Amino acid sequence: MTATGPILSVERLAMRFGGLVAVDELSFTAERGRITALIGPNGAGKTTVFNCITGFYKPSAGMMRLVHPDGAVFLLERLLDFRIAQIARVTRTFQNIRLFPGMTVLENLVVAQHNTLMDASVFTFAGLLGLKSYTAAERTAVDKARYWLDRTGLIARTDDAAGSLAYGEQRRLEIARAMCTEPVLLCLDEPAAGLNARESAELNGLLKFIRNQQATSILLIEHDMSVVMEISDHIVVLDYGVKIADGSPEAIRNDPKVIAAYLGVEDDEVEKVEAEVGL
Amino acid sequence: MNIQASGTNRRISLPLAAALKDAIFSALIAFGLFVFLIGLHTDQGPTGALVVTTRLPQLAMLVGAVFAGSLARALIFGREPIGLGRGLPPWLMRIAQHAGRLAGPALLVFALLVPVLFYHNRYLLDLGILVLTYVMLGWGLNIVVGLAGLLDLGYVAFYAVGAYSYALLAQNFGLSFWICLPLAGILAAFWGVLLGFPVLRLRGDYLAIVTLAFGEIIRLVLLNWQSFTGGPNGIASIPRPSFFGLPFNDEEGGFAATFGLEFSPTHRIVFLFYLILALALVTNWVAKRMRRLPVGRAWEAMREDEIACRSLGINTTNTKLTAFAMGAMFGGFAGAFFATRQGFISPESFAFGESALVLAIVVLGGMGSQIGVAVAALAMLGGFELYREFEHYRMLVFGFAMVTIMIWRPRGLVATREPSLYLATHKPAVSPVKQGLK
Repeated sequence: MTATGPILSVERLAMRFGGLVAVDELSFTAERGRITALIGPNGAGKTTVFNCITGFYKPSAGMMRLVHPDGAVFLLERLLDFRIAQIARVTRTFQNIRLFPGMTVLENLVVAQHNTLMDASVFTFAGLLGLKSYTAAERTAVDKARYWLDRTGLIARTDDAAGSLAYGEQRRLEIARAMCTEPVLLCLDEPAAGLNARESAELNGLLKFIRNQQATSILLIEHDMSVVMEISDHIVVLDYGVKIADGSPEAIRNDPKVIAAYLGVEDDEVEKVEAEVGL
Repeated sequence: MNIQASGTNRRISLPLAAALKDAIFSALIAFGLFVFLIGLHTDQGPTGALVVTTRLPQLAMLVGAVFAGSLARALIFGREPIGLGRGLPPWLMRIAQHAGRLAGPALLVFALLVPVLFYHNRYLLDLGILVLTYVMLGWGLNIVVGLAGLLDLGYVAFYAVGAYSYALLAQNFGLSFWICLPLAGILAAFWGVLLGFPVLRLRGDYLAIVTLAFGEIIRLVLLNWQSFTGGPNGIASIPRPSFFGLPFNDEEGGFAATFGLEFSPTHRIVFLFYLILALALVTNWVAKRMRRLPVGRAWEAMREDEIACRSLGINTTNTKLTAFAMGAMFGGFAGAFFATRQGFISPESFAFGESALVLAIVVLGGMGSQIGVAVAALAMLGGFELYREFEHYRMLVFGFAMVTIMIWRPRGLVATREPSLYLATHKPAVSPVKQGLK
């Protein structure tokens, strides 16, 4: 059976830290094979949503339903963070890049295939004895790593320490590493942060390639509107933890609520509101 | 990033005024430290009361030495780490690198030949056994500290578990060394997992303190559980190892008689030497091999960034526990060997100082480096013995050596890290899109 409908549906998600409501009653869906963007001003709760989806936070309330292409359903709020990556196949990147800086680029990508290799190594015994089944699995892992190194243009840096890469390269490596886990949903937390115009354009190309050529849907947080507007199929706008808009890039671009959240409102409107509340 | 590479032609020494300032500052610190330690001395006076005498010349000498040393350092190296490689011609560096690659095999051949070369020197053979025991402990701890990045200050606890496991099993059930050895390893690994559970959420300093406490708990239990462990009296007359069933004695059916040799007590020492060498080599082989396996790479990844590990679906709980268990297991093997070699164990042998010594070996050798640990163990224990005559200055020289190494090579003797795998060939793959990964 092949699944239809959204890959991820978030329903009435809430995350409270003590008295602070970071996310409140948030519902949205991410379509299969599409790029869904989550945008909003600083502090709107975007990364909190990501942390809930990937299990780094346990949400206070709500349901997150992930449906695999084969129809298997995972309720993400019930899984531990590493299980979400392992069995639900949701992989994320981080706003402040988290690589394994002392290990080489290739090792970073092979570590990402840990679970596959661990199975092949049969509790390390097959690996320790150097059995054929394990060496073959390792070769496959290296081939997959090589494929993503080629894709991200990092093949020349294969044996360099990940920490010695330039900033843009580190961003690409983090995406390559996430793709090596063969995710069904890839969550990117500000992948274009700190990139120059050319690098952003390359990133757009890479993300489009992933959407079109791989069985991976993308959910991304981004501030760079040149990225968001060009590649997103669907945009969800958050402000103060609440969804204020949801729709296609064109619709969002012209939504007065979104414009107000980002740019503020006209002066006379502020006066009108102030008069209403009696200031 | 790399200061040494770019700084070959750059002037790095400080101007005289700044260098003087640095040196005066260091001398002041030295004065503050030594004024009471060295400058004042208490002696028993003629009436039996304590009298305070001053030792100003010695104090002045020490402060002067610190001043001169720190001035020289500032003038030659500036504030950067002291690199001996700086200024050497490149061909000499290349030779040094090649020599470094040969160091491992050379040391191994030397170790194999030690019993042949020094057959009649009982003292050196004993020292060799001691050094190899610490090499093995260092390699074991290297898994936990060097690879997995879990600072363990209670490693000696597993050494103790191994030793007592062997002693008690052999005495109470009459089991042979070869049956007890794996059992001791398994028991130590079990305790490793037991320690692992409560400290799963801790890292860095906090982890170090809990492991330190764990080491003390084990020692105190051994000390106070009189009926089981013999308390402070320890366990005596632990069975000696046999050559696969042949005892090392001068009787009929002993090792010497069976092989038609003249009986000599050295046979057992040589056997013990090769036994610990084999055990250490097994530790080395397993540790090296595991580093290239997914579990070993997960250890290293966990050391680098635990959160990133979890985001990639790595079960960090299991990964940590396997690291603790593997490290503890080799500690247990070494402990069992220690018990059979000594024939007597007591809680005194497992004090915190042992943990500190093993950790110092790992840190000085360069965390994660196998050959570095071996060299560090040889230097530290060999050094200890070398300075045995200068009893009073032993710790001083030891401390001085540690400080020098940490200034000269802040990341240990061997700081380079060998990647665990390479691309088979470096050619760019052909048309990745068609290759199809879906």
